[in-house]
Amino acid sequence: MLTIATGNKAVAAAIKEIRPDVVAAYPITPQTEIVEQIAEYVTSGELDSRYIPVESEHSAMAACIGASVTGARSFTATSSHGLFYMHEMVNWAAGGRLPIVMANVNRALGPGWNVWAEHTDSLQERDTGWLQVYVSTVQEAYDATLMAFRIAEHHDVLLPVMINLDGFTLSHIMQSLETVELGDFVPPINLPYAIDTASPRGYGTLTGPNDYFRFRWDMERSMRDSVAVIRETEDEFARRFGRSYGFTEDYHCDDADVVVVSMGTIGKEAEVAVDQLRREGMKAGSMRLRWLRPFPDLDLSGRDVVVIDRDYSFGFGGVLAQSLKAKCGVDPFSVIAGLGGQEVTYDDIASFVRDRRIGEEHWFGVSD
Amino acid sequence: MYEIRIHSRGGQGGVTAARLLALAAFRDGKYATACPFYGAERRGAPVVSFVRIDDHPIRVYSQIRSPDLVVVLDSSVMETVDVLQGLKEEGTVLINATHGMDVGGYRTYSIDLTGIALRENLVVAGSPILNTPVLGALAKMDIVSVESVTSAISEMFSDERNVKAAQAAFQELVI
Repeated sequence: MLTIATGNKAVAAAIKEIRPDVVAAYPITPQTEIVEQIAEYVTSGELDSRYIPVESEHSAMAACIGASVTGARSFTATSSHGLFYMHEMVNWAAGGRLPIVMANVNRALGPGWNVWAEHTDSLQERDTGWLQVYVSTVQEAYDATLMAFRIAEHHDVLLPVMINLDGFTLSHIMQSLETVELGDFVPPINLPYAIDTASPRGYGTLTGPNDYFRFRWDMERSMRDSVAVIRETEDEFARRFGRSYGFTEDYHCDDADVVVVSMGTIGKEAEVAVDQLRREGMKAGSMRLRWLRPFPDLDLSGRDVVVIDRDYSFGFGGVLAQSLKAKCGVDPFSVIAGLGGQEVTYDDIASFVRDRRIGEEHWFGVSD
Repeated sequence: MYEIRIHSRGGQGGVTAARLLALAAFRDGKYATACPFYGAERRGAPVVSFVRIDDHPIRVYSQIRSPDLVVVLDSSVMETVDVLQGLKEEGTVLINATHGMDVGGYRTYSIDLTGIALRENLVVAGSPILNTPVLGALAKMDIVSVESVTSAISEMFSDERNVKAAQAAFQELVI
């Protein structure tokens, strides 16, 4: 069905289609609309999930973990400080190999108190063992949420998935949304190591270095295997529903002399900048990174790279810029922009490209 | 691309008006996005929201700098906010007022939306609701079709007074 919805409502609509067994959640701006809408679906009977309103985000993830170890499909949503509050449990979910799905509405970190978009929140969780995808439209938020469950629950993966959408810029914008009837696209969850609730037992779970090390290696192996599962899932999604995605969304990259690399809504606006630059005769392209974990192989050799980070690692650099340096061997012009919801227009992005200083870092609006 | 900026005060329905307008444009077969600018919005504080309408998918997320149309749901915001900022030279103003107004030399349409809301008894928590009547005025200005306005309002609100208020505004606005 074709309708119009906000990014938050699109995520909730996907959850209604997925029908998780358990949703445990705590409200936080700008995510609240997701869990509010899911609560309405449950109240009206449109969604037959066990909805657990908890007293904190730490408990939200703990409840998802408790549900997931029994083999139940579980979902939660959060943002920024809520994500940090559940940080301990975020690690536990991945280490426990639990295919929990979470929507994180990207929001800046306090202080100063700020509710607007920034990616530093989810990037601080990038080493936890969660798969991370960053979306740029209402439709993509919906589609990525549907696909997340199939990817997470695949036996070659069994790792949790975090869908990231920009606070307000995407969570609160209204765009068109085509909802689907899922059919058997996401098979019933079948967790191979679910605990047997009919026969409860307790074990000491202290894990020595040798086994622990093996578990960690196993997580990394699954993370690597997830590349094929993501590809297969996105291909199957395209076959069934006609919308195709990949590890990146490339726009006029093939013949580009200069490529803008970014994530989230800035990556869409960058396409408009590319159109503008191409009209001026510059061979520009845009590569919007969708999957940050697992990090894909990107071919950026032989051209200038302008990377826009809506995040920062203090004393080091933009996370995306540093990732490209390490993984792709490029020395980009690193632009730090959009922190705390700073406006970044296509005109601004075009000027980053025109005035690029390869190898340097530029804080948009505050440094020269 | 046609860009619209809506000025109102928190609680008057400016954000909902933007969403209704986008939905109506969408029902007309266009692409549309609606987004509020989220600041320190409170009941009574000046707020803005944005609508973009185009024949192609819209990839711009930043705020509208040079709108084609400015809608003012509460003329008192003009005391503190420059509602005409960036408005295109050939741009248009739609203002909620009891009498004809000339705003900055722009082509200006005036309509008493508050009067229509009060007449239709569209009042919530003491505030007349302006977001549904304004859609009727926008239909009269040919921004969206009147059929799509009716269907958009019916989709979002079950109370028929909303559709009636939009129809009244459609009748009353003099083009």
